[in-house]
Amino acid sequence: MATNAIEFSKEELERYSRHLIIPEFNIEGQRKLKAARVLVVGSGGLGSPLLLYLTAAGVGTIGIVDFDVVDESNLQRQVLFGVENKGMPKVDAAVARLRALNPHVNFRTYNEKFTSKNALDIIKDYDVVADGTDNFPTRYLVNDACVLAGKVNVYASIYRFEGQASVFNYTGPDGVTGPNYRDLFPTPPPPGLVPSCAEGGVIGVLPGILGSLQALEVIKVITGVGVPLSGRLFLFDATTFETRTVKVRRDPANPLNGTAPTQTGLIDYEQFCGLGISERKEEPRVKELTEQELKSLLDNGADIQLIDVREPYEYLIANLGAELMPLKQVSEFASRISKDKQVIVHCRSGVRSAKAIQELEQQFGFENLYNLKGGILAWAKEIDTEVATY
Amino acid sequence: MAKLIIPTPLRKFTNDQAAFESTGATVKDIITELVTAHSGLRTHLLDDSGNLRSFVRVYVGDEDIQALQKDHTPVGANDTVSIIPAIAGGKC
Repeated sequence: MATNAIEFSKEELERYSRHLIIPEFNIEGQRKLKAARVLVVGSGGLGSPLLLYLTAAGVGTIGIVDFDVVDESNLQRQVLFGVENKGMPKVDAAVARLRALNPHVNFRTYNEKFTSKNALDIIKDYDVVADGTDNFPTRYLVNDACVLAGKVNVYASIYRFEGQASVFNYTGPDGVTGPNYRDLFPTPPPPGLVPSCAEGGVIGVLPGILGSLQALEVIKVITGVGVPLSGRLFLFDATTFETRTVKVRRDPANPLNGTAPTQTGLIDYEQFCGLGISERKEEPRVKELTEQELKSLLDNGADIQLIDVREPYEYLIANLGAELMPLKQVSEFASRISKDKQVIVHCRSGVRSAKAIQELEQQFGFENLYNLKGGILAWAKEIDTEVATY
Repeated sequence: MAKLIIPTPLRKFTNDQAAFESTGATVKDIITELVTAHSGLRTHLLDDSGNLRSFVRVYVGDEDIQALQKDHTPVGANDTVSIIPAIAGGKC
């Protein structure tokens, strides 16, 4: 990077003065930041602090990939957005906020999903990628694209009270390239072991902490100040405030850059993570009814039984007055389920209730169970907008 | 006794217990003791042949057991064993 030619206005010099007076950072570090191009994939919980700090710090060009729109349930942790942004594309809301924070930064937005088709084309224009995504397929995609394109992948991930961070595919001053996500986790957990709706969630401050650490590592990688978190994985448990940093090593069996690489391009990551179409077809096939059909039954005073298989803490957010029988214990409730009436079973989106029906049919021979398609979410969307969604 | 730290995603199988103490002398001993005490963990940590699954990393101190003696890595009374799961986000 030829950074000598980079100049700063008086406003910029004043803005960045707290960087400029750190001896090992100085104007040289600031020039590197201004010359740098950083791609942030995901502008949610991790992306919010990342984007705010990278923008404030004066990274010259920032790309933002996100296909989502701002939703009420984002505001608990996605501090980039406000109430007035609800329903707006996240990339647009983000840039409006970030431009107001620092007019000296160039933004490029990609209001689309990051996929195997567009990933390499998007990241080719950037020096460093920060992964702020929220699912396994995209994490493997970001990693593989970075390794194949020779970009540093600054990683953080969160779940409930637990956070992880690392710097992947970083080539140090010695010319040695450090490990990447595939060295740490060669394969994703099978879909059955990935947390379901009943097991999701994240404490709002946690992505703030991890995303800020990511911003720090991005800045260190760009400026060469300090020692980046390469070859190490940082772990944070917010419940106990225990932090650990463990070693990560290159794996000779890594399919991208091990001793005998077998993968030279991007693959179908949904399939790789077991979420492919063939898998979806194996979803339990059960009798279903729509939210409109349920409404007519209720309006007509039909003699039905309504069962909710979500967890008690979900029931407290919103419910349809159904009998609560959480999926994990549903068999224990079998004696309370009618074998004669039409029984409608629901959950949040329809997946767990289908599982519950399958389990009850197999174990107890029920033939009168119907799954509410789309769960309470469909009801909230189409029938009663006063019902809170989550 | 060696201390084993259970990561958040697996705590639902340990009645929310965050740590497990064991007198096991190797990683294998300790994991066996753990999945015996909390049988729901077995399929998450071990495959049908009893080997650790590839998406679960186990560390003794700050070192990956793959770089030591794998399952047979000795564990001292003051060591901390960590199970490090792949996590992707709080989405559902």
